[in-house]
Amino acid sequence: MRRWLAPAAGFAALVLALATLEWAARAGWVSPFLTPSPSEIAAAGWRMAAEEPLASAFFSTLGVALAATIAAALVGVPAGWAMYRFPTLGQAYEDWVAALFSAPLILLYPLFLVLFGRGLLTIAMIGFLSGVIPMALKTYEGFGAVPKVLVNVARSFNLTETAVLAKVLLPAALPTVFTGLRLAFIYTTINVVGLEYLVNIGGLGYLVGRMYDRYDIPAMYAAVAFVLLISVLGFWAAERLERFGRGS
Amino acid sequence: MSRATRLRVATLILAWAAWEALARSGVVFQGVVPSSLAVFASAATLLGSPGFYAHLWRSTEEIGLGFVIGSAAGVAIGTAMGVSVFFGRIAHPYIHVFAPTPKIIFLPVLMILFGVDVGSKIAMGSISAFFPVVVATYDGVRLVSPVLVRVASSLGCSIWQIVAKVYFPSMLPAVVTGMRLGLGVAIIGTLLAEIKLSNRGLGFLAIQEYEGFHIPDLYAVLLITFALAVAANVAIGRVAARLQRHR
Repeated sequence: MRRWLAPAAGFAALVLALATLEWAARAGWVSPFLTPSPSEIAAAGWRMAAEEPLASAFFSTLGVALAATIAAALVGVPAGWAMYRFPTLGQAYEDWVAALFSAPLILLYPLFLVLFGRGLLTIAMIGFLSGVIPMALKTYEGFGAVPKVLVNVARSFNLTETAVLAKVLLPAALPTVFTGLRLAFIYTTINVVGLEYLVNIGGLGYLVGRMYDRYDIPAMYAAVAFVLLISVLGFWAAERLERFGRGS
Repeated sequence: MSRATRLRVATLILAWAAWEALARSGVVFQGVVPSSLAVFASAATLLGSPGFYAHLWRSTEEIGLGFVIGSAAGVAIGTAMGVSVFFGRIAHPYIHVFAPTPKIIFLPVLMILFGVDVGSKIAMGSISAFFPVVVATYDGVRLVSPVLVRVASSLGCSIWQIVAKVYFPSMLPAVVTGMRLGLGVAIIGTLLAEIKLSNRGLGFLAIQEYEGFHIPDLYAVLLITFALAVAANVAIGRVAARLQRHR
């Protein structure tokens, strides 16, 4: 099978799906109020760029998600390291952290609203909280899987704690740590956009909700498309960062 | 008692004491951080009231149906993607893009398509659960040893027999891990949908208490919801462990 065949077929499938939708909407097979045609959605995107604070909403969501992810990494990696370095901590808290990972943390948002006020700080804090857990968990998992020999060699060379971390643990556990970072970004973005939508503040999530309330359905689909764009950008950035970290 | 257990107990006691101290100190408004005793009292009243079980049942129904539909579709499509390399290459980029997007953003679309009632909540749970399951299934299928597949096909097994007798047993642990994640996000998705727009369910109950500023009741609802979510997760973990032992 030729290499380009599958991506080409995938792209063709997308074009075909869009064309079918366009045709179905124009022929009146589906209600244009419920499923607008792709061309109408694209036009709504342009319209929103002119009339709505689309750019500022986009950068607000992206900025809050990135800031929360970075904060989650700055706290989560040391936390994971501490759990690795002091086994009692690891044994005591690993199950708890894993349980929190699957707990619906976003439901705590009423508490956060009262504590941090009805603004971007609340959204960022919820994003941070949901990102720091996978970050710590994956760091701990990655460090735990580093071959004991490597660590023992470093110790027999009398390396300092920082040097062991920087020269042995982090490089050896890099793929897992980056999985953690990617998970942190995903969970942060999910919670940031979700909360924006739920409480009607901030960026794209708020915009989606407002377009729905206004029953401007094409514009709502366009706003959803911009949310997709953020997750694509985030993924691309994480992949680039990982390649950079591996030094290739 | 091991050191880890002692540390856990100490952490619990410290956290609880810190909460009580904060509640009684008057530094923060008592309405926001109520005494834990008030929260436990609310939880007890809630568990004793018949109205609560109507909400609980509605949420369980929505989450359960959504989870079953979503993970069934996830396993089917994930398997197809793994078995057919061509289909896998076509579908993978799209799954890759949609998997990490916040699903709650599709709620308005789902409300348009399935109505504002139970339908949109089930659909929300389904698409939430679908993605972790499809990704895990796809990864699981690709880890199946090609030798086993070749042996089965040289013994003259049909593609369905290969899927049922070779693929499914070897990819089971990966699928169960995916389902565990899937249940977690299905719970979150469904409850968020209830919070946004509904008239029954645990999410609705929580937001109603919040809007009435019945803060101890709100914490009680959250406490019970968290406990149930963790219990469901542990249950799937047990099933997974058992399946792994029987392999």
